[in-house]
Amino acid sequence: MLSFVGLGLSRNDISIKAIEEIKKADEVYAEFYTGRICDGIEKIEEITGRKIKVIGREEMEDGRDILNEAMTKKVCIISAGDAMAATTHVELRLRAMEMGIETRIIHGVSITTAAASALGLQIYKFGRIISLPRPYGDYFPLSPYDGIKENVEAGLHTLILLDTENEPMTANEAMEILMKMEERKKEGIFHDKALIAVLARVSCDDEIIKAGYLKEMVKMDFGKPLHSIVLPGKMHVMEAKALVEIAGAPEEIMNGL
Amino acid sequence: MGRKEENIKKAKALMYKPEKIRNIGVVAHIDHGKTTFSDNLLAGAGMISEDLAGTQLVLDYDEQEQARGITINAAAASMVHEYEGDEYLINLIDTPGHVDFGGDVTRAMRAVDGAIVVVCAVEGVMPQTETVLRQALRERVKPVLLINKVDRLINELKLDSDEMMKRFTKIITEVNKLIKKMAPDEFKEEWMVKPDNGTVAFGSALHNWAISVPYMKKTGITFKDIYEYLKKEDQRTLAKKAPIHEVTLNMVIQHLPNPKEAQKYRIPNIWHGDLNSPIGKAMVECDPSGPLSLMVTKIIIDPHAGEITFGRVFSGTLKEGQEVYISGMPKPYRIQQVAVMVGDSRIQVPEIPAGNIAAISGLKDAIAGSTVTGIPDVEPFESIKHISEPVVTVRVEAKKPSDLPKLVKVLRDVSKADPSIQVTINQETGEYLMSGMGELHLEITEYRIRNEHGIDILVSEPTVIYRETVRKKSPVFEGKSPNKHNYLYVEVEPLEPEIVKALLEGKIPENVKKFKKEVTKQLIDLGMDREEAKGVFGINGTNIITDVTKGIQHLNESKELLKQAFDEVCQAGPKAAEPLQGVKVRLVDAKLHEDAIHRGPAQLIPAMRNAIYGAMTLADPILLEPIQKVFISVPHELMGNVNRELNQRRAVILDIKSEGDMSIINAKAPVAEMFGFASAIRSATGGRVLWSTENMGFEPLPDFLQEDTTRKIRERKGLKPEPYTADHYRE
Ligand SMILES: Nc1nc2c(ncn2[C@@H]2O[C@H](COP(=O)(O)OP(=O)(O)O)[C@@H](O)[C@H]2O)c(=O)[nH]1
Repeated sequence: MLSFVGLGLSRNDISIKAIEEIKKADEVYAEFYTGRICDGIEKIEEITGRKIKVIGREEMEDGRDILNEAMTKKVCIISAGDAMAATTHVELRLRAMEMGIETRIIHGVSITTAAASALGLQIYKFGRIISLPRPYGDYFPLSPYDGIKENVEAGLHTLILLDTENEPMTANEAMEILMKMEERKKEGIFHDKALIAVLARVSCDDEIIKAGYLKEMVKMDFGKPLHSIVLPGKMHVMEAKALVEIAGAPEEIMNGL
Repeated sequence: MGRKEENIKKAKALMYKPEKIRNIGVVAHIDHGKTTFSDNLLAGAGMISEDLAGTQLVLDYDEQEQARGITINAAAASMVHEYEGDEYLINLIDTPGHVDFGGDVTRAMRAVDGAIVVVCAVEGVMPQTETVLRQALRERVKPVLLINKVDRLINELKLDSDEMMKRFTKIITEVNKLIKKMAPDEFKEEWMVKPDNGTVAFGSALHNWAISVPYMKKTGITFKDIYEYLKKEDQRTLAKKAPIHEVTLNMVIQHLPNPKEAQKYRIPNIWHGDLNSPIGKAMVECDPSGPLSLMVTKIIIDPHAGEITFGRVFSGTLKEGQEVYISGMPKPYRIQQVAVMVGDSRIQVPEIPAGNIAAISGLKDAIAGSTVTGIPDVEPFESIKHISEPVVTVRVEAKKPSDLPKLVKVLRDVSKADPSIQVTINQETGEYLMSGMGELHLEITEYRIRNEHGIDILVSEPTVIYRETVRKKSPVFEGKSPNKHNYLYVEVEPLEPEIVKALLEGKIPENVKKFKKEVTKQLIDLGMDREEAKGVFGINGTNIITDVTKGIQHLNESKELLKQAFDEVCQAGPKAAEPLQGVKVRLVDAKLHEDAIHRGPAQLIPAMRNAIYGAMTLADPILLEPIQKVFISVPHELMGNVNRELNQRRAVILDIKSEGDMSIINAKAPVAEMFGFASAIRSATGGRVLWSTENMGFEPLPDFLQEDTTRKIRERKGLKPEPYTADHYRE
């Protein structure tokens, strides 16, 4: 038996169903390379009374040990957010099914919907979600920029997820990267007055939700990760009002709406 | 004022007159007399005492070098020579005579515009003559010829005057054949050497005389006179009538270009920046008032003065106290002192203008080959091509563990001064590995570490560096990323031999990104399929990776990662973690994850590595071993002994010539079998032998040795004894 459990965004988001699933498990593994919760997992261990083993990407992706164990035991894999939303675990699930292992998913709150809710933006008006990888030597992929541009041109909002491997990326680092992409592409998406919303530690006690112009936002301190970014597209007047009231966006964004 | 002091004064003034400067090198096959000749030049020009010439080897810095009779360091010396009423400044760069030090020779060539090729009249054109001539011509360095040891033709070989002339003609014809073959197209005719116009001199470096046709005309001396003097054994008179420095320096001044002339055609060949930029123009025109550019050709560690950097100033004026930039280094450096070399003295001067050779202190992070400029971010000079690559490795450790930090620094210094020495760390074992051109090259470097740097070291037995290649085309192999959301499909096959050859000769730029058009065109010209040539996105050594897929989304931005994987594989193949040679990798298809985060370095690099490794495993992979040419000259009666020695070393005798009472053997043998040859051949012949070797690249290791050698290398490297099968790379 192999279950994939989404924890949600913080340690207090965990569902009753998830708690029960973890309690029943013989082995509990957590992978935090595709995403993290913004506070620790100790509380979850306390509530469930199970020891959680954090495993690395290699072990998770290789998957053979986990699958062998799942043949005879109840194995539970926990990840941040929803179990499959920003992960590649479906591959492991398919391999398990091929081996005749029963699999199930326990859903968790995901940033993909929480971001919209927190900012007061309409989820229907989001375009493709874009991940922003950290450049690596001469490797500097520009496809995220192209993806964002497609959304912008269609008038859609963009949720930008930040690289969490090794050290989670801050919104500031992300904005610098986006500005560097702009320097290369010169297609006018990330100009000084581009409206940007930053979500820091959503659903944690010290969450910060802030919207403003890129030029100012890049200088602000949003505290420790996890951070995400939303680039609002064409807004309905209610959405703009929400950004002003909830996220402190400049009032002038409502002009002409 | 002594003659030397006077010359120093003149040299300081002549530095500012580029038309009156010649930057030259002397090149020769080992033992053809280069050292003797260089010293006599300096002595004749009043830079060392004439009596000492021949005994005091000014250009030989290293004591051990003298002991071995091989010139190791390419140092510089300037001299002043009068020709037809004008004074000239000759900057002589000494080039190492042993091919073990090929890297050094090429760097010295970058600094000079002309070369005196010394060929022994008795031995004639030898393989290293060809090598050094090729190195000169590739750098667009114009040659003139000195046929040396003419005295031996008469005193030892007892040739008559006709036979002597025949011998000369043969040597000149052979040299011209080489020039025709290897010179740049526009100079093939112009650079032929001819006795009539004075581009050939004949003489004896040991006995200090030489003659050329123009000098004969001027003085009335004839070949017949020379013959008579030699017969009478009166070379002293000859040396008075036709001093070697007079004749050869006249030849240099008349026929070799000054820096102003030479830089016009040499700069476009060695510098690929914008020739119309201010610095480009200044270099082409050798303009002392333009922006500074200099190329480092040599670094020596002086026991008193510390690190001295030698280089050719191509434009601008190098000044004491000036701030300069070294290619690839972010911050500027301050020049502490600048000097010109006169014999073994460094003469400090306040500045050195374009067209001269400078000795500099204060360029801490320069290495031989670095570009130094007055402004930042200048296109560096084309990297100097190493005709020979390292083939032998030893493990080095400090005897006292407390010396380790010092050893690390010294190893870095050593490879900085001589980039043909490569130092690597075995990540698994933490051992320091030092690689070089041959056993002798490493022995000399070890000697330097012990004696000049004062570190007691332990050195392992030498081992050979192999290459890995494939013998046939592989099937398409699928490489999966660890998250299994990315798939790369790869084929490998042997790279076309003509292309491998061109790559070995450095004819194709390795920086594909920058020289895309040029690379594509050259590959097509060399017979590569058009689509394949267009798709090339990486060259590493003699290996190429090409993308022949069409319209795969996100592939373009991922190529940098695929290239990184390719580069890694080229350094360590699947069979024995040895470098690859002559492998073509074709990317034929790819399936990539939509989201960039799931196809980053941690995913695509392993996927590509596995794809190439897996494909290679199915393409009949083999080891290649380095081969040396071996030339041996022994008295006929000792041939048997030499043959026996060669037979034990898997050597193949290519031909045997007879010259007087000597046999000249031309053979080839694996480097692995040649360890210890020096003492073996000495004792087999009672020391009556002259021999030399030259690296000639890699050839397949015989089948019966493949498996065993593979296992030995793997065990030495701490790998599991058997290479992995394709299945391992499918996971
Ligand atoms: N007879 C004779 N011997 C020479 C002449 N030039 C050099 N030699 C000898 O040839 C040997 C090699 O000379 P060297 O200058 O060390 O050669 P290098 O290896 O080219 O630098 C030495 O023993 C020299 O004395 C020459 O013109 N005539």
